[in-house]
Amino acid sequence: MIAIDRSRLPTPGADPTVRFPAVSRRSLANGLRVRTVEHRGVPVVSFLLLLSSGSAVEPIDRPGLAALTADMLDEGSGARSALDIEDALSGMGAQFETEVGSDATVLSLLTLPRFCDQALGLLSDIVARPRLFVEDFDRVRELRLNRLRQLRDLAPAVADIALARLLYAGHPYGRLPIGTTRGLESSSADDVSRFHQQVWRPSEVTIAAVGDLSHDDLFGVVERAFGWWTEGAQDPQALAASVPNAMTTPAPAMPVAPLALVDRPGAAQSELRIGQVGVPRLTPDYYALLVLNTILGGQFVSRLNMNLREDKGFTYGVRSGFEFRRAPGPFVVQAAVQTGVTADAVKEVLGELRAIAGPRPATAAELGLAKSALTRGYARSFETAGQIARGLAQLALYELPDDTLEQFVPSIHAVDIDAVTTAAQRFDLSRMTVAIVGDRAKVEPGLRGLGIGEPTVLDAEA
Amino acid sequence: MNIPYTKHTLRNGMPVLIHEDHRCPIVAVNLWYHVGSKNEQPGRTGFAHLFEHLMFEGSEHYNHGYFQPLQQAGAVLNGSTNSDRTNYWEVVPTSGLELALWMESDRMGHLLPALTEEKFRNQRDVVLNERRQNYENRPYGMAAMAIVDALFPPAHPYHWLTIGSPDDLQAASLDDVQAFFRRYYHPGNASLALAGDVAPESALALVDAYFGGVEPGPAVGPVACDNTATRDSRVLLEDGVVLPRLYLNWLSPAIFADGDADLDLVADVLADGKSSRLYKNMVYERRIATDVIAVQQSHELSGFFQLIATAAPGHTLAELEAAMSAEITRVAESGPTSAESQRSLAQAEAQFVYRVQTVGGFGGKSDQLNQYNVFVGDPGYFDRDLDRYREATPASVAAAAGRFLVQAPRVAVSVVPRGRLDLALPDSTKVVCS
Repeated sequence: MIAIDRSRLPTPGADPTVRFPAVSRRSLANGLRVRTVEHRGVPVVSFLLLLSSGSAVEPIDRPGLAALTADMLDEGSGARSALDIEDALSGMGAQFETEVGSDATVLSLLTLPRFCDQALGLLSDIVARPRLFVEDFDRVRELRLNRLRQLRDLAPAVADIALARLLYAGHPYGRLPIGTTRGLESSSADDVSRFHQQVWRPSEVTIAAVGDLSHDDLFGVVERAFGWWTEGAQDPQALAASVPNAMTTPAPAMPVAPLALVDRPGAAQSELRIGQVGVPRLTPDYYALLVLNTILGGQFVSRLNMNLREDKGFTYGVRSGFEFRRAPGPFVVQAAVQTGVTADAVKEVLGELRAIAGPRPATAAELGLAKSALTRGYARSFETAGQIARGLAQLALYELPDDTLEQFVPSIHAVDIDAVTTAAQRFDLSRMTVAIVGDRAKVEPGLRGLGIGEPTVLDAEA
Repeated sequence: MNIPYTKHTLRNGMPVLIHEDHRCPIVAVNLWYHVGSKNEQPGRTGFAHLFEHLMFEGSEHYNHGYFQPLQQAGAVLNGSTNSDRTNYWEVVPTSGLELALWMESDRMGHLLPALTEEKFRNQRDVVLNERRQNYENRPYGMAAMAIVDALFPPAHPYHWLTIGSPDDLQAASLDDVQAFFRRYYHPGNASLALAGDVAPESALALVDAYFGGVEPGPAVGPVACDNTATRDSRVLLEDGVVLPRLYLNWLSPAIFADGDADLDLVADVLADGKSSRLYKNMVYERRIATDVIAVQQSHELSGFFQLIATAAPGHTLAELEAAMSAEITRVAESGPTSAESQRSLAQAEAQFVYRVQTVGGFGGKSDQLNQYNVFVGDPGYFDRDLDRYREATPASVAAAAGRFLVQAPRVAVSVVPRGRLDLALPDSTKVVCS
């Protein structure tokens, strides 16, 4: 019988050794990069196709075109209609998903090893030679326009759209991938076709293949499926010249307004976003910022959540995060708070942002907790084939060194309190914006009392 | 595929299920209490879930927040409450197993001495905000309330949602919390599963050391209910939405009962993917709807089958209703085609494989072992579960559609933009949910 001691918590044993996936890196003759990992034990294979272009490379008068184009890929290709493609995928029990972000487009396909060739052949077909028929375009665009209509009633979406507009006016990050009604209405099937030829090129694609097959078998599946794909005739430079580039367009120094309100009469809560333009993924203080954010708002026991949820009961939860992108992405604090405490919640968040940069720097206990949480939890990142594939895609998207995964734990351990305090000085309240989607009549008086400026009233735009 | 496990029963009656998987140096600890909102009384709805929140606020020997030591150990953790059960889980690095067992057992055995009125009031505010965020302030968020209200009679334990009503939450007291804990939170009403990088013998010894001394409480009997539906009804709800949405609902078999898997297959044929019958008809070809969903909601005491579709601008819910009713009748008459059956089975078989990719979290292997153990008394039910889909035939699927949908009473809930009652199904009764 093991004796137990309830007078103190057991001390965890030695930290587990993280088992890093052994990555094989190769390329096809057409320039497409292939990353493979043998991941045994469950008979599945996860393919993740990364196109290093997202909504940030859309023509400025076509917001939504990148996502519309990605959505059109599985609407027919070669001899197959959209329904044929769907039948083929479901006949294999495959799971297919498309995600479009500002810097990247990701197509993921989870399947069983015996269907690999068939599934990836289908994927190459839809990526390299989609039909892009006008009748399919009309239907897909109509569905996306209806989705935009519905988003106007969804407070978190309205708040996200408002924040992007406030922080990134005139910048490619100033719109969300879903785009705008006007952008979609202006887009034609020809635009989709042109954008596809310009952007979807094998030299811009990385495929991560992770699963219950050998490196050679995984590579062979990708090569058989994608080896025939050739660069199109369209000149990608023509697109680059016509589009403001996120990498070369500086983000605005100041937000459009320090405080903005979208009126939602009768709303039970205020949807809150507080943010500023942050840093790119390749920022030298990346690890210090991860630790800082873990302390501030990146986990349940963070300062923000313990204050606004566990102490005051203002919200079901609040979190913060740096969106590390190729160009400086936003730092955002987000929460839905009870209408009556909206101004108090804003005040508390701003107070925490100020405090951690100096008056109340991270303590040794907070630092230890954050570093342990990040390093000891890291092993979990490599449990499933899909997680590993996603990690490889991150490396490819940001062109990170091959040993980035191995460097994570030592790099976090190297962060000290000074580094956290210095990183926190990136919070600049004069460059922050506060965006609120809520009942204007009820929240505006309190917000005026905060001394952060007159509220600018925005429409729920989409 | 299956999930190999060993099962032991501690001296206080608590079952312990252990599954080894050494691919990743992590362990999932998953603890189910067989209590949910079905065990609540009218007037005290939302209580099981509010109680779940209090389980994270500290116990006698660690009277601080539950998250901190576990996050420091590298864990991810959460809990959830539904109509039938409450689950708690941690996924820890291998080195954190004992800590997780210490923490889980302390709140099972020693919660009440740490409970205070202050914690209770704070978490009630948090839950009221959870309700505002996920129901009141979300488009179509109140539909679920209107549905269970109309579908289940007032005395039925599924007549209310797990989130409960604000008045009931305000009426709850610390005495209620204590009585609830004594009645439902004990080893005799729990099931513990460990999955991951563990040595079964030493893990079991640790579990026994931490949980074996917790006193069992009174046996918890089954909850009685009357699952006979009475008549068709139509209700409408106004909401801050731009497009009207129709929810058709029928009472259906409970989880794992006869007909449950057949209705999953009916849902596949109707609305899973672009080539499903209703999607193809309503969204792809005629463009009268922007989306359509079919789902068999399987719960312990009863299920309910739902068809949900949003009208495209310029189209009415009556058009959607006609298309959905016609297709249900067709499925009941001739069942799925052989191509449809093959696709459904391929998907079911693949899904069962995808489900065993993770040891922990919601739906991971440890959660699955507990679900089978608590609801069918057999943690090894995995293969039998999949067999239900393999054994279904076009005739059994057609029969389920006929018996449970075509010939059964139906509750139609229309959610319409404020002031547009004309968009609802004709003859609907207006209801207000708050």
